[in-house]
Amino acid sequence: MSRVDITKRFAPIQREAARRAEEKKTDGIPTISIVMSTCGLASGAAETKQAFEEALLHKSIEARIVAVGCLGHCYAEPLVVIDHPTSGFPPICYHQVSAARAKVLVGSYLEKGDPVFKYILGATEENDLIPAVMDFPRFNLEQRLVMEQCGRIDPDDIYQYVAEGGYGGLVKALGSDPEEVIATVETSGLRGRGGAGFPAGRKWRLARDNNSEGVIVICNADEGDPGAYMDRTILESNPHQLLEGLAICAYAIGANQAHVYVRAEYPLAVKTIQQAIKISEKLSLLGSSILGTSFNLEVIVFQGSGAFVCGEETALIHSIEGKRGMPQHRPPYPVETGLWGRPTVVNNVKTLSCVPSIITRGAEWFRSIGTEKSPGTAIFSVVGNVNHPGLVEIAMGTSLRTLIFEVCGGIPKKKSFKAVQIGGPSGGCLPESFLDTPIDFDSLTEAGAMMGSGGMVVMDENSCMVDVSRYFLDFTQNESCGKCTFCRIGTRHLLTILDRITKGEGSEKDLGLLETLSEDIKSGSLCGLGKTAPNPVLTSLKYFLEEYEAHVREKRCPALKCRALTAFYIDLEKCARGCDVCVGCCPVEAIFTTTGRKKAIDQEVCVKCGECMVVCPPEYDAVEKVSPPELAPIIERSPEEKKQSK
Amino acid sequence: MINLIVDDKKIRVEEGKSVLQACLENSIFIPNMCFIKTREHPHASCRLCFVEIDGLDRPVTSCTEKVRGGLVVQTATPSVRRLQRMAFKLLMSAHHCHPKVCPVKDGCQLIRTAKHLEIGLNPRPLERLDRDVEEEVDLTFFTYYPFRCVLCGKCIYVCRQKNGHNPLTFAKRGFDTVIGFFARGDPADVPCHHCGACANVCPTGALVLKAEYTKAATANP
Repeated sequence: MSRVDITKRFAPIQREAARRAEEKKTDGIPTISIVMSTCGLASGAAETKQAFEEALLHKSIEARIVAVGCLGHCYAEPLVVIDHPTSGFPPICYHQVSAARAKVLVGSYLEKGDPVFKYILGATEENDLIPAVMDFPRFNLEQRLVMEQCGRIDPDDIYQYVAEGGYGGLVKALGSDPEEVIATVETSGLRGRGGAGFPAGRKWRLARDNNSEGVIVICNADEGDPGAYMDRTILESNPHQLLEGLAICAYAIGANQAHVYVRAEYPLAVKTIQQAIKISEKLSLLGSSILGTSFNLEVIVFQGSGAFVCGEETALIHSIEGKRGMPQHRPPYPVETGLWGRPTVVNNVKTLSCVPSIITRGAEWFRSIGTEKSPGTAIFSVVGNVNHPGLVEIAMGTSLRTLIFEVCGGIPKKKSFKAVQIGGPSGGCLPESFLDTPIDFDSLTEAGAMMGSGGMVVMDENSCMVDVSRYFLDFTQNESCGKCTFCRIGTRHLLTILDRITKGEGSEKDLGLLETLSEDIKSGSLCGLGKTAPNPVLTSLKYFLEEYEAHVREKRCPALKCRALTAFYIDLEKCARGCDVCVGCCPVEAIFTTTGRKKAIDQEVCVKCGECMVVCPPEYDAVEKVSPPELAPIIERSPEEKKQSK
Repeated sequence: MINLIVDDKKIRVEEGKSVLQACLENSIFIPNMCFIKTREHPHASCRLCFVEIDGLDRPVTSCTEKVRGGLVVQTATPSVRRLQRMAFKLLMSAHHCHPKVCPVKDGCQLIRTAKHLEIGLNPRPLERLDRDVEEEVDLTFFTYYPFRCVLCGKCIYVCRQKNGHNPLTFAKRGFDTVIGFFARGDPADVPCHHCGACANVCPTGALVLKAEYTKAATANP
């Protein structure tokens, strides 16, 4: 079929999309777009939507309510964009729109034309009346390529995606030779966004060359890092972009079957992608003889049961085959023998989502973004101690400093930066001296961290690096599939040693053992999970050794985090006579009245929950936390009182 | 036939074999627990059969490396030994058994490995780990001893090969992984005819056919 015929088949869909977009623009009815992906819903977007509906009904105002995907600005959820064409204002983005604020907005803005300045985050386009969001660093330092339409379009409405140029890449690809498509992806230099950064084009070519009995393409959406939610957001906010990428990949490698492996814990993502597949099949953009060509593609959604290790491609394939999700030695790589023994391309959600724009705008355009060896953008979910957590898409090569301090607004409460953990439980903790490291595959690996799938946890001075390592090891040893010796037993040893150190029971020997064992696990394990599991330990040992030493030698936790190594006491100089707040809040009755009606803590009873420190009025600020615990002055409780408290 | 050099010794083997098998057939011992020579994809889980191959920058498991002409293999370099000893100590830290009461008739593979690696059976400097499982687990036709098991997976493999679908499988995950037996209700309905293949292949005596079924197994091998 010629290029002309394919374009002809696509034209009615484009026309319908354009008609709908035009109608929306010209009918003068206000549009209320509410961010209703999982993050929005968690912060109350459903209640906000209901409040809007009720208020509109109550005031008999006509407006269109659209549920859109996530913008990535988690700190400001629930986010709402109101486009009120007759008001004279540009579309305005509002932050933290609770149900109550929704009612105010309907009453003031939609009814009376007052946009309620105090709730405004910014206007979505440049204008003379309201500062535009594009002027904020959070917006203008980002470069959105994969997430360009996320939060702007209704994920369930394919026409909105088409109106923005969607499926143009597929139409272009179908009109060219598969070889050409692969060549374009190769020249673009696109590297796999799942962690290792393998060139996507090369993987596709290998699969195409191995195509003897039908290749399969799998989209890996088994995102499991604690605190990472990039794939979920993309699936929930712009599923058609992924499907288009999947279809282009399938066409290029000659596959007729595609699987989307998504966690069952992402019910909304599952629903959205299933819905999107149904609509695309109806419009002949997926399914049999796509857009009248001889290319068929069946897309199957497979729901994983939430094992972290199933993100590893061989384990993922086993899981689809109905076997226990256990990785297998590679080679053979899945591109040789994968699912059901057939050559299989496994690509991450973000990798496939990059593909449509590469095809539409060309390889050179893609290469112009990012760095020479890592072209394109990187998506991170930045969480932890930053002012503006959320999803961030930046060009590769941007420094960690720019990302943390400019895009994400720095560390809250004027605290100082301590470390950033990149790449989830498999990544490493980098200290301040690495803040100028450019974000790209090679630089991060060199520093001892890794790109991973894009989880980033920022930690301030109050984080204990030993405790952080212990947390990640607890996660990985729990998620180990139990197959190989190093990962199954080795990570458990690492955890027990770290546990010991955080309790102040560690010895000098433990530090040496931690290092040797970590190195051996790294070189001896079977799959990527085990090979990278010791990274948090190795990097923190390298960059924060003095913290480990303080725990071991002085039984002191410099960050005052490890419970066994800290103690609370009340500074009698500061404590106010007769104030009883701390006594009332202590859950174990450890606080008693001592001389001069001042308060003291019974160290034997105290469970170190820290409640007293929270409630002590700021004008006294009498509760102190110290490490090692011996630093707390001991004030004896009278024997009668001791009896009473027991 | 292919020529390769292992520890300065020339050996000749058929094509398609793994380095581990080539060595074992030529009386060069490399510690191993999970290797079955007929297995198409090596399980590669015990992590004991490391060797160094010229041209590769780090030790690799010899069960996953196919022989190639001109291959130069070393089985006892310091980095190989370091990994093997650590893997062995890790196994021993979760293996609560004593040579005096070892149930394996011809000597436990673990003892042979310890001798070969010139280390004791003690996991030091690692501590012994305890597990939240019974000493003895009743698996319908078998008694399973989790503290002897090294989870090599041989029992699962031989059963699947011999009987197609099998009730033996890995259960739980991480450090808590055990061999499970999925059988409920009447033993007569369980797809297992207690042939004993799984118990016979167990290198550490962790899976034992119950006495009342051993007769049937010997009568019908």
